[in-house]
Amino acid sequence: MLLRRVVITGMGAISPFGRGVESLIQGLVAGRSGVVQVPALAGITGMRTRVAALATGVDPKEIPRKFRRSMSNMSVYATLACQEAARMAGLGEAELASGRLGVSIGSTTGSPQTMQEFFRDFNTDNSLERMKSTLFFHIMNHSCASNVAQALGITGRILAPAAACSTSCQAVGYAAEMIAMGRQELMLCGGADEFHPLTSGTFDIMNAASIAFNDSPTRTPRPFDRERDGIVCGEGSGILLLESLESARARGAGILAEITGFATNSDPASIANPNADAIAQCMRLALADAGVEPCQVDYLNAHATATEQGDIAECQAIAQLFGTATPVSSLKGHLGHAMAASGTLELAACVEMIRQGFLIPTLNLENVDPRCAGVTHVQGITRRPVQTVLKNNFALGGVNSSIILRRYQ
Amino acid sequence: MTDQQIVEKINSSLAEEFEFDLGEMTPETSLFEDMGLDSLDVVDLVIVLETAFGMKIREEEAIRKIRTLGDIHSFVIAKKRQMENA
Repeated sequence: MLLRRVVITGMGAISPFGRGVESLIQGLVAGRSGVVQVPALAGITGMRTRVAALATGVDPKEIPRKFRRSMSNMSVYATLACQEAARMAGLGEAELASGRLGVSIGSTTGSPQTMQEFFRDFNTDNSLERMKSTLFFHIMNHSCASNVAQALGITGRILAPAAACSTSCQAVGYAAEMIAMGRQELMLCGGADEFHPLTSGTFDIMNAASIAFNDSPTRTPRPFDRERDGIVCGEGSGILLLESLESARARGAGILAEITGFATNSDPASIANPNADAIAQCMRLALADAGVEPCQVDYLNAHATATEQGDIAECQAIAQLFGTATPVSSLKGHLGHAMAASGTLELAACVEMIRQGFLIPTLNLENVDPRCAGVTHVQGITRRPVQTVLKNNFALGGVNSSIILRRYQ
Repeated sequence: MTDQQIVEKINSSLAEEFEFDLGEMTPETSLFEDMGLDSLDVVDLVIVLETAFGMKIREEEAIRKIRTLGDIHSFVIAKKRQMENA
């Protein structure tokens, strides 16, 4: 249980639907797909997938060179999303630099693109003589968190969790705990990742990347669908500004929703394959943290990346705890899998579903795989009051995470 | 390569790397006060010049005394002439 109430007072997004949370929600509500063909993937030997969900609408030059020189794309995405969240929350420079505000932002790795560029040059003659001074700042594991803090003049704590697809869910959970402990009053938190063939290749070699829809990219990924054939990698950044309720009230800030529970656990059964019991246990811990029963959850936003095993394990776990009482959907059909950014992009959408009272369906779910049955799938925009939401994210490495959001009251 | 060609190549290389406006680049321009470069940028400035002119200058004492764009022009021109006469 969180020792103090923690609320969300700002959000920011860079997604395949462009800049901002508004574009993100518009794309999701319109049932658009952000997945496109990426011709460059065809030139890679052994790469079978040809599709990805690439961020759009970003001009890195909006960020002054002094800050941009230490950034790869993932830090650019995170910085622009943080600026949006800070604006939405009405935070000025003084508050950003007050020491009361920290950063909890992670990515799967440091910049794979910068790494590639360095080693391509290095391997030509084993020389460091052409290495730029800012290289390290692109590839360090806390690149996004540090670059955000530098660009926004933040002086509080820096945390950079790294747990692949669970990264931003953990970043939010750990930030909420830090605020609840009274260590910080505000935290900009979430995740960012940039697309690189290495990411798609990682899933492709494990036979977990989508390869059957290369000529019709918007038809994949297909979470829970019987024709699903794997992950479509994406990129972007999702950011939430968390704040203690006391601080938000004192500032007169608009409160978007409340974080009431968080859990993360390790699944040592396999470093790659998800396990229904471990997932169920993670959700159980999050529900206990929030002090709510499964029957009180109005909507479950699934991790569901459209892999054969992942979707089945998650559905089994959801069925164990919720049966058919709680509607379930995944936003991967629209957004692909933005890796470290996916959790908070999807949480931002959950916040809007709570605020506006509707559920977004799973795009490309046409025929439910019988092995993903036993839960209630959302298959069309559904108007209904949404009080409490459970959000899942699971990562390679056996890392599960769940967040409970609640309408603020 | 004439001195003018060297100056133009220096200016265009630095303009591209540091996003300077070519129209604002004069020999009197201070790299630090006017252009806002710092110690990290100086490391990259050396790499840009080494790559553009195919020379090694990182260990040169004179590099540390450079303050203006004109100092760079003079330094590179002298270095090029020295290389040609070697």
